Amino acid sequence: MKAMRIKDHNELFQEQEYLEQFARKREFEDPWPAEKVKEIAEWTKTEEYKELNFKRKNIKINPAKACQPLGAIFCSSGFAGTMPFVQGAQGCAAYFRSHLNRHFKEPFAAISTSMTEDAAVFGGLNNMLEGLENAYKLYSPKMIAVCTTCMAEVIGDDLNSYIRTAREKDLIPKDLPVPFAHTPSFVGSYLNGYDNMMKGILSSITPGKKGEPNGNINIIPGFDTYTGNYRELKRLLDIMDVKHTILADVSDIFDSPNTGEYKLYPGGTPLADAMDSINATATVALQRYSTAKTMDYIQKEWSQKVFVLPPIGIKNTDSFFEEISRVTGKTVPREIWDERGRAVDAMIDSHPYVHGKRFALVGDPDLLLGLISFIMEMGGVPVHIVCTNGDKTFEEEANRMLAESPFGSEAKVYAGKDMWHLRSLLFTEPVDLLIGNSYAKFLWRDTGTPLIRIGFPLFDRHHLHRYPVIGYQGVLNLVNWVVNTVLDEMDRKTINTTSFDVIR
Amino acid sequence: MSSAIKDTQKMIEEVLEAYPDKSKKDRAKHLAANDPTGQCSTCQVKSNVKSRPGVMTVRGCAYAGAKGVVWGPVKDQLTISHGPVGCGQYSWWARRNYYNGQTGIDTFGTMHITTDFQEKDIVYGGDKGLDAALHELKELFPLAKGMGILSECPVGLIGDDIEAVSKRVAKEFGIPIVPVRCEGFRGVSQSLGHHIANDTIRDYVLGKGVLEKTTPYDVALIGDYNIGGDAWASRKMLEEMGLRVIAQWTGDASVNELGIATKSKLNLIHCYRSMNYICRHMEEAYGIPWAEFNFFGPTKIYQSIRKIASYFDDTIKENAEKMIEKYKPEMDKVIEYYKARLEGKKVMLYVGGLRPRHTIGAYEDLGMEVVASGYEFGHNDDYKRTYPDMKEGAVIMDDATLYEMEEFTRRLRPDMVGSGIKEKYSYHKMGVPFRQMHSWDYSGPYHGFDGFPVFARDMDMTVNSPTWNLIRREK
Repeated sequence: MKAMRIKDHNELFQEQEYLEQFARKREFEDPWPAEKVKEIAEWTKTEEYKELNFKRKNIKINPAKACQPLGAIFCSSGFAGTMPFVQGAQGCAAYFRSHLNRHFKEPFAAISTSMTEDAAVFGGLNNMLEGLENAYKLYSPKMIAVCTTCMAEVIGDDLNSYIRTAREKDLIPKDLPVPFAHTPSFVGSYLNGYDNMMKGILSSITPGKKGEPNGNINIIPGFDTYTGNYRELKRLLDIMDVKHTILADVSDIFDSPNTGEYKLYPGGTPLADAMDSINATATVALQRYSTAKTMDYIQKEWSQKVFVLPPIGIKNTDSFFEEISRVTGKTVPREIWDERGRAVDAMIDSHPYVHGKRFALVGDPDLLLGLISFIMEMGGVPVHIVCTNGDKTFEEEANRMLAESPFGSEAKVYAGKDMWHLRSLLFTEPVDLLIGNSYAKFLWRDTGTPLIRIGFPLFDRHHLHRYPVIGYQGVLNLVNWVVNTVLDEMDRKTINTTSFDVIR
Repeated sequence: MSSAIKDTQKMIEEVLEAYPDKSKKDRAKHLAANDPTGQCSTCQVKSNVKSRPGVMTVRGCAYAGAKGVVWGPVKDQLTISHGPVGCGQYSWWARRNYYNGQTGIDTFGTMHITTDFQEKDIVYGGDKGLDAALHELKELFPLAKGMGILSECPVGLIGDDIEAVSKRVAKEFGIPIVPVRCEGFRGVSQSLGHHIANDTIRDYVLGKGVLEKTTPYDVALIGDYNIGGDAWASRKMLEEMGLRVIAQWTGDASVNELGIATKSKLNLIHCYRSMNYICRHMEEAYGIPWAEFNFFGPTKIYQSIRKIASYFDDTIKENAEKMIEKYKPEMDKVIEYYKARLEGKKVMLYVGGLRPRHTIGAYEDLGMEVVASGYEFGHNDDYKRTYPDMKEGAVIMDDATLYEMEEFTRRLRPDMVGSGIKEKYSYHKMGVPFRQMHSWDYSGPYHGFDGFPVFARDMDMTVNSPTWNLIRREK
């Protein structure tokens, strides 16, 4: 039998009978007159509205950040056999899990202690005790990593003593590692949550493990949601013959092979390796803003050399390899220089379509810094840089970098601002291209600025996170996404003109 | 007791073995073998009580129920997530409550608006900041018809008085400003959030809208959140019957429609769980009768149309019959085509609201059998409405955990599972065909005559996708 032709929402609601229904429904909506709506719509595009918009101090509209515990459970999941455990109200864990499911299209397990009104009054000890017992018995973790929601933080739960009590009552084995971190949602963002959890885990599992130097390099990727980056990193370090430990390797957690079996713990950094990370030669962070406390701890407590080397764009990747080579004494092999050559070749080939193009960017601080650097390397012009979870330090770092290139002279950095601010900017000072997460598609709709999806979360396009943005391969992916967005847009705009070229 | 029931009970006992004693005892009360007759006393599940810590419940919180479900879809008010940034971020346009309007100008459904609490708000309280936030919003969005303040956990814990702020500012602005005390730690699931939201509709907007004239055919469509356009597909049918839908709650709803539902002659409720409270209130306070109905799948649709028509005169009853006559051939065609592809397939459901029972008929229309079903946040009255619709010995599960769902899947071997995003990808890994039955997996509508073909198509592509056969299982 021939397949049926079925219309779903994409088509149905553009049909005449539905359009008529919508018109009839307005009778009950007490709507504003169409002219009034138009007038306000036009007004929101003005300089006057922008000023009003930038005056607000007490409300965020379409912010590009989420809260600490999301970063914490992301971090802990990258350690093998580890169950992320959230002390607090259960809705939070449900939300974190959904958020990660939607971005990665992968399962994600995390425990909540389901705290309710009685815990608000008496504290969350009983929830923690029963939660640890149940989680251990049902899900057999090798480590349980505890973080908190704002509820547990506001009522002041004493995690350390609660966990001790659980051990004393034999609800969990005495030797089961149960690191913890306080991750209040009303401080910072998932970047801080990642940092706090990483420090919590390392400072819990490494004491007493100091021994012979293992000659390894520790790599802390930070709150990096590109699984492709982890695989790329491992590939490159293997080519260079650099022994390494990734703290923590989430690549198999968020990109596990389909074998017809659901694995609760599909990979991650082995705990023995994580414990031995205290004996490494040096620790390299690939993000600054999600690792500050951890790096400080490693430098002070482990007396290790620490570096922050985010390898996005050509120069940044060059620095990464030069520094890794210096620290390890390993030379960068021909294979990697060839990759560099290919990436540079691609940039040169595509430069006419990117040179002078004006960009708006919104996202997390480290990714933004890398992208700005890359864009300027291609002759692009960053104009609006919005970083909801950026601080003064980020603003200064970004401005320093922009000042180093003639292509950075038009840029303005907006730390702490949101996508509704950016909407005003895109109207008053239009740009050619916009880089941001899936929610930036509303800006694309409102302002017509073509969107290149880079960042987190990416809900409305599949598989982008599987492609690296770091290293020279990452440069190739960035060139691909940027130049082909420009060309797609060019086709759209010239579709009925003689400029609709087939060779470009 | 029948052997079907005994077998299922035995299976449940085996699954429960893994739990520590206290949790085992508790979970045993939430899992049962179905007895459609209601005679077996051990076949009733306990529900709407606290989840056990640490078991990985699927449930969300009161905020999710109040903001995510009931208030969030109201399109022309500014819905403010009051507290830290996360809750609003994670629930941002996640339920696809479609609406018409110009976002950011006269409607605000796809926006994430939050007071973004910082440490100082926790220490000094958030009321002052909230007051200022409302003023900033009023300037930027002059066409907003109302504002909703949806409290997150800290607000209730630090003792803020959002009611006082709302009252003061509402008076100043002359629009409803609704404080919703839906802190996530209240209650045991989303369910209390629905109730709290219903109560605030009652207290702040009900009875306050503008409707120039009324007719004997005025109805309100309640508990349809227009996911993927469901309410529109339902509305189309009600209008074709000759009814006048004066209010649509809350999918594509305006604040005005929340106000004027009190003028309806009959309240039609689809999602009983999330909105029965307000229907009962309107019955008591305004004498408006309410009727439950089910627009999933032709069998239930025909029954429901006739039931709805029975409240009205012969014109409506005739229209109802004409409509059935008009659409039946098309529905039969859909059934004929898809039944051939789906007959005999077993379905396991674990969802929320109305779906664990309401979709059973639609699956049965396609020749499929629901062998297990359960609610994230159902109450006793939901289960009572479910038992008769399921076969003897089917598994009933309340507030199921990841562990239980995996175990039941292994033992029941369903041909497809319908549940939520948190479950979706573990089933993909297991190689078990899966469909999100909260969001329709970004498809829809599933309601009504326009929705059923989409439902059938989607179940077919789920069960019969060739991708499942590509999996090479590890020995």
